[in-house]
Amino acid sequence: MRYMLQRAGWFLLTLWAAITLNFLLPRMMPGSPADAALAKLAQNGPVTEQTRKAVEAQLGVPDGNLLQQYLDYLHQVVTLDFGVSYAFYPEPVTGLVLQALPYTLILVGLVTIAAFVIGTLLGVLAAWKRGTWMDALPAVGGSFLGTFPYFWTALLLLFFLGYVGHLFPTFGAYSATTVPGFSWAFIEDALYHAALPATTMLVTSLGGWIIGMRNAMITTLGEDHVTFAEANGIPGRTVALKYAARNAILPNLTGFGMALGGVVGGSVLVEQVFGYPGIGFLLFNAVTGQDYPLMQAIFLMITVSVLVANLLVDIMYGILDPRTRR
Amino acid sequence: MSAMSTALTTTFTASIRTVWGNRKARIGLIILGLFVVLAVLAPLVAPYGPEDNGFERNQGASAAHWLGTTAAGEDVLSQLIFGSRISLLVGFGAGGIATVISVLVGLSWGYVRGWLGDVINFVVNMFLVIPGLPLMIVVATYLSNGGISVIVAVIAITGWAWGARVLRSQTRTLRGRDFVEAARFSGERAPRIVFREILPNMTSLIAGGFFGSATAAILAEAGLEYLGLGDSTVISWGTMIYWAQNSNALLTGQWALLFAPGLCIALLATSLTLINFGIDGISNPRLREGSTGR
Repeated sequence: MRYMLQRAGWFLLTLWAAITLNFLLPRMMPGSPADAALAKLAQNGPVTEQTRKAVEAQLGVPDGNLLQQYLDYLHQVVTLDFGVSYAFYPEPVTGLVLQALPYTLILVGLVTIAAFVIGTLLGVLAAWKRGTWMDALPAVGGSFLGTFPYFWTALLLLFFLGYVGHLFPTFGAYSATTVPGFSWAFIEDALYHAALPATTMLVTSLGGWIIGMRNAMITTLGEDHVTFAEANGIPGRTVALKYAARNAILPNLTGFGMALGGVVGGSVLVEQVFGYPGIGFLLFNAVTGQDYPLMQAIFLMITVSVLVANLLVDIMYGILDPRTRR
Repeated sequence: MSAMSTALTTTFTASIRTVWGNRKARIGLIILGLFVVLAVLAPLVAPYGPEDNGFERNQGASAAHWLGTTAAGEDVLSQLIFGSRISLLVGFGAGGIATVISVLVGLSWGYVRGWLGDVINFVVNMFLVIPGLPLMIVVATYLSNGGISVIVAVIAITGWAWGARVLRSQTRTLRGRDFVEAARFSGERAPRIVFREILPNMTSLIAGGFFGSATAAILAEAGLEYLGLGDSTVISWGTMIYWAQNSNALLTGQWALLFAPGLCIALLATSLTLINFGIDGISNPRLREGSTGR
């Protein structure tokens, strides 16, 4: 119980720190959001004093001292009202985020789960068959693929399978002719569009899970209880899965929790290459349009979901590994 | 003193031998060496200057331009060779800074007791939890077009926390050893104990952390440049891909423009990862090649 309370307290403290960091970041940097927006307007012609006032009012640039701004900001965060986007003016930031969220959650979420399951199983196999090709192939292949820049792998697939082979669509999450909805035609179309981004993420993230599981497993395989189990004549498969893998999986499970939290952030680079309308692509658009309200809201959402995932992992760890509770 | 330095040299030579003895690490060292030579001798090796743009635009591969020319009429191969300088600079620069921070924080954190440890714990966990790439993107946007030094700083600041955590737990196990106790009883001050007595026992961990952060830094730099968040006038592998995509190289079929820089990034990152396979063998003998792990 004391452990759980400690974790909850730590969670609240980090949450507050993250929210505050999000507030301080733009204010610590040279330049200001209002100036940036006005600079963009100034490209079209001279900005009068009236326009300036209107922009500051419209874009919600807060008046008053830093404390007042901070309170306003906290109020915004609590009420989930992040104002109006600059880049997609006059769409509200919250609406844009909610529109993009399902795409990212489904695509990146499913791929993350698949990569974790496949990677961990391959890692167990690699450690158990150490020194054979079943070890060398996934270990070396996985870490080699893992060093590929995400966006480059994405571009390769896009070029060969999309532009040259015409096997897959090259842009977006569904065709212009299909209407988003809960129909079989739409789901089929969406899956077709998700194939290349999903493959990219799967290929580049598998290696990490394989290596992590393999190295942890090799260490557990050297422990006495495993040798004892083998000496007792317990079948190899049982030893590998029930005696070694069960203990070795804990670090990978932590990574999995963190990765699940990271799902909300999507994959900026992959979504950008495929023009996939998820959170990552939205963040990219916010960045290129210097859309500070949108960027802040997305960054805050990503951080908070990672924090929540972290809390859940801690709680799960407390249940799985009694030693942490002491 | 000379006995100590001889001992250090012996350990160093032994470590090099362990790394070199690992086949994967040897391949990694050779690839890395080639890139370093290429970067240093770039003006001698490259057929043209990286910014000579007097050539015909969007040319395919030919005898004069092995990898063709860019949309601005520059030689792709020459840009590729000069681009290695930026990747190596950012990789080793940001990786080096991140490693120094992680050593300073990790070792002190592992050695101190009481409330100060809790404070450091909080700060490090904060940095661990905040997602790296989005944070880099946000900071780089606020500091728009600050150039390479901004990129290096952003990557270093977001990349040190993991190393600090690893080094901290190692410091905590070493803290209770007899040689540390002996140093403390002989009246040595804490900084000296931490950095003279404990630090030398973790060189392989630190080296592994360095190559790991350098790999991450190279990939992050390329990613930021590709998103157009770096200085797009600098010639690096990331900006080459950025310009290639902006000039629709995918549609015009100029594959070399897109793929050569990406392949170089992948090769350089792979070489560092391969070297780390060898370094892993120093810190964890069970991971050495030929060891059965039993």
